[in-house]
Amino acid sequence: MLVEERRWLTAREFTDVFSLCNLLPGPNTLNITVVVGSRFHGRRGALVALAGLMTLPLVVSLTLAMVYTRYGTVPGVDAALRGVGAVAAGLAVAMGLRMAAPLVRRPHMLAFLLVTFAAIAVARWPLLPVVFGLIPLSVLVAWRRHA
Amino acid sequence: MSPLVALALRFTVLSLVAVGGVTSILPEVHRVVVDVNHWMTDVQFAQAFAIAQASPGPNMLIVTIIGWHVAGLPDALVATVAMITPCATLSYSVARVWQRFQGAAWRRTVEAGLAPVTVGLTLATGWLLARGASTSWLGYAITVATTMLVIFTRLNPLWLFAIAGALGLAGLV
Repeated sequence: MLVEERRWLTAREFTDVFSLCNLLPGPNTLNITVVVGSRFHGRRGALVALAGLMTLPLVVSLTLAMVYTRYGTVPGVDAALRGVGAVAAGLAVAMGLRMAAPLVRRPHMLAFLLVTFAAIAVARWPLLPVVFGLIPLSVLVAWRRHA
Repeated sequence: MSPLVALALRFTVLSLVAVGGVTSILPEVHRVVVDVNHWMTDVQFAQAFAIAQASPGPNMLIVTIIGWHVAGLPDALVATVAMITPCATLSYSVARVWQRFQGAAWRRTVEAGLAPVTVGLTLATGWLLARGASTSWLGYAITVATTMLVIFTRLNPLWLFAIAGALGLAGLV
């Protein structure tokens, strides 16, 4: 929409913004919104864009959350949600596997992937020490490989 | 510390390490909310994720739903703001200097270094959710079938939500 319909950005600019926003922490749609908003109208643009992105979804998910607490324990609803939860889990697994596909052929990347998974999912270690330990190491290895 | 303050502080810090989006930090949110503080059960957590997935907008809204569940409307809003503000501020500041480094080699190196950790975290999320969501063999079967269908077809996941919801309603899951 940003590139084709409105022509606010060129395809190249979009690719650049997109790769930046994937690199930064936080949801990439949210980051893109802030970056594009700020390019046009500075701080105010970023805030307006952010409000535009979040307001409606926030209202919808709050409503759903309220409905859930009210009726979530009703036997039928609870049972239906269990099925829905199983699908949502599958979506997350599929997302992970898709992202993993291009990495598995590189042994050092596969190793970091597996260590992260084991530390978080199996050993249930806290995220911060794991991430702050592994990311610098992983970047270092990537750098040695490129150099 | 009240759950409200505790949750807000936690999300503020996590927001800054959520490389690859909220999915990366869900294992930690799960650990804090389910394992350590028992604010939600395993099943409730998986269902909160399902609600966030099924509703429009960024799936970071799971923090809104968790906040709501822990302490009602104030916490839902506080949790959301705590999650958004740090990463939005960071994007805002970095965006200004970023254009100068277009195409720089170290950018690709950092990307290559972050990728495996991010993917490992995403898979950990899938694993924890699958474990929490399913209490029967059919539940696991639905998770596996969803994974396959999403990877190998272009089927809209909303269909899968509807079918699995119906199976659940029929008392099969």
